[in-house]
Amino acid sequence: MLSVSDLHLSFGGIKALRGVNFEAKKGEITGVIGPNGAGKTSLFNAISGFYTPHKGRIHFNNADITGISPDKRASLGMARTFQNIALFRGMTVLDNIKLGGHTRLNTGLFSALKYFGSARKEELELRRDIEERVIDFLEIDHIRKYPITMLSYGLQKRVELARALAMRPSVLLLDEPVAGMNREETADMARFILDVQEQYGTTILLVEHDMHMVMDICSHIVVLNFGQQIASGTPTEVAKNPAVIEAYLGVAA
Amino acid sequence: MINGNLKADYSADERILNNRNKQFFVYGSMFFLTLFPVFADDYAVLMACKMGILLIAVIGVNVLTGYTGLISLGHGAFIAIGAYSTVIFSNLFDGLPTGILPFVVVPLAISVSAIIGIIVGLPSLRVKGLYLAVATLAASFIVKFLIEQDLFSPWTGGIVGIDTPVPNILGWELDTKREMYVLITVLAICTMLAAQNLFRTRVGRAFIAIRDRDYSAEILGISLLRYKLMSFAISAGYCGLSGALGAYFYARILPDQFGLNLSLELVAALIVGGMGRTLGPFFGVIIIMLVPELIKISMSSATGGSLDWARYTAPVQEIVFGLLLVFFLLKEPLGINQITDRMLRAINRWPFARG
Repeated sequence: MLSVSDLHLSFGGIKALRGVNFEAKKGEITGVIGPNGAGKTSLFNAISGFYTPHKGRIHFNNADITGISPDKRASLGMARTFQNIALFRGMTVLDNIKLGGHTRLNTGLFSALKYFGSARKEELELRRDIEERVIDFLEIDHIRKYPITMLSYGLQKRVELARALAMRPSVLLLDEPVAGMNREETADMARFILDVQEQYGTTILLVEHDMHMVMDICSHIVVLNFGQQIASGTPTEVAKNPAVIEAYLGVAA
Repeated sequence: MINGNLKADYSADERILNNRNKQFFVYGSMFFLTLFPVFADDYAVLMACKMGILLIAVIGVNVLTGYTGLISLGHGAFIAIGAYSTVIFSNLFDGLPTGILPFVVVPLAISVSAIIGIIVGLPSLRVKGLYLAVATLAASFIVKFLIEQDLFSPWTGGIVGIDTPVPNILGWELDTKREMYVLITVLAICTMLAAQNLFRTRVGRAFIAIRDRDYSAEILGISLLRYKLMSFAISAGYCGLSGALGAYFYARILPDQFGLNLSLELVAALIVGGMGRTLGPFFGVIIIMLVPELIKISMSSATGGSLDWARYTAPVQEIVFGLLLVFFLLKEPLGINQITDRMLRAINRWPFARG
């Protein structure tokens, strides 16, 4: 579904990624873990198109997407959330989620100025789709008219997931979906992620520091350290891997 | 949170005037605008026309600066382009029946403005904020400079200006200010509605997304190139329409009318009214045009209209106006629209908590 082969990325002398190789299988949840500064977010930025890798390729649905711009990747069916919530703070929850439908709509400038006719039909269709498929699904009906600034951190994260879901993605990249959340919020989010996978068969790639959650919901885990891929496999395999234990805990002298 | 404001389908919820209070306010204002020319004196109608012309331009600047977050200090240039295009095309298509001439000339003037708007907007893909403001500032000077050149004076009239045609819509000659008022008001309402419609669709949402967080917008599939330039085209087109109306309204246009002052006035009106709000331009234009007028009237009545005082009152007017603007921005940084929002909220919640 989404595969990364021999990915290298550097900023001047800093080598952020040094030969990352993995595949996120269709309909599965793949986790990317690693200590701070391991290159997880750099990897995400390369996959979503903000950084151009020095070497290596990124394939999505059997097509090479290495060189194309982020907005084109979105129309191919790639959605993502950010570590530090990147919602549009000047808009309501509903408008934020509607933006997820951007690539599926066709309204041009002149029909937008006129509104009545095709634009109105399309907007109402989008509204219905979002209400039924996203807002109801993620249980955020009560806040749909609220401005983003009025929401708690946990709810903002959920709205960001909602916006990504409104894109009807085939691959969903989640950058630390439960960072800074309490146990209850984490459990909620984990449940929503599993629901998304189950109901829509979305391929999910997630970066996360919460080991309990990663081990619980991922079927495949990739471990990065200093830009290098040090392990890859099922949660149990990875947890036993000596290189991973060393990276996380250090080894007694 | 208004009692009895339940919606049973999505189309009712997606309306612009989705509650009784908004309907009351907007329909009430329209009623007032309809009756206005019946009761107002000539001077008031003249002021209203000037305000309507400025309003259309400020709505355009609002799309660009308020909603897309791109600051421009050069939009006076697009008003100039709209005005001069109207005059030039009117002379060019002399052969056409006068009744349909505006239907050819005005769309052309808008298109020329929009196309030049796209060209001026090109730097916005690289530079943001104040740097972009400086880049657009250049447009203002270049356009005025070109209009003033002797080389183009056969078409533009050069530094002494050029006479403008009288608009004739399907045989209806608009040769009085009251008739112009009707045209300007109708167009101002239509353009305001069109701008509002924009933000009910994906196009307007994309603009706001670019303003709030551009990388996040890109991730959602919004092409920054396309939408930033589209925003420039729309705002320049609105200014072009404003210029075209200006050309029809004034008997003669001069390059000096379209200097840096005009560009700054547009931005000032927007900031005072409220950036990125539908009614922001409306309130902003009222303040920026009426307050100096009120200061002038109160000053001349205070000094008894004597000429000895006139040389002091003129600069004092400017100072008082400047101080008022500073005061407004300190007390209401989000503009007059913020005050009306608060009032509407209090009315909506009445008789429960205010806030």
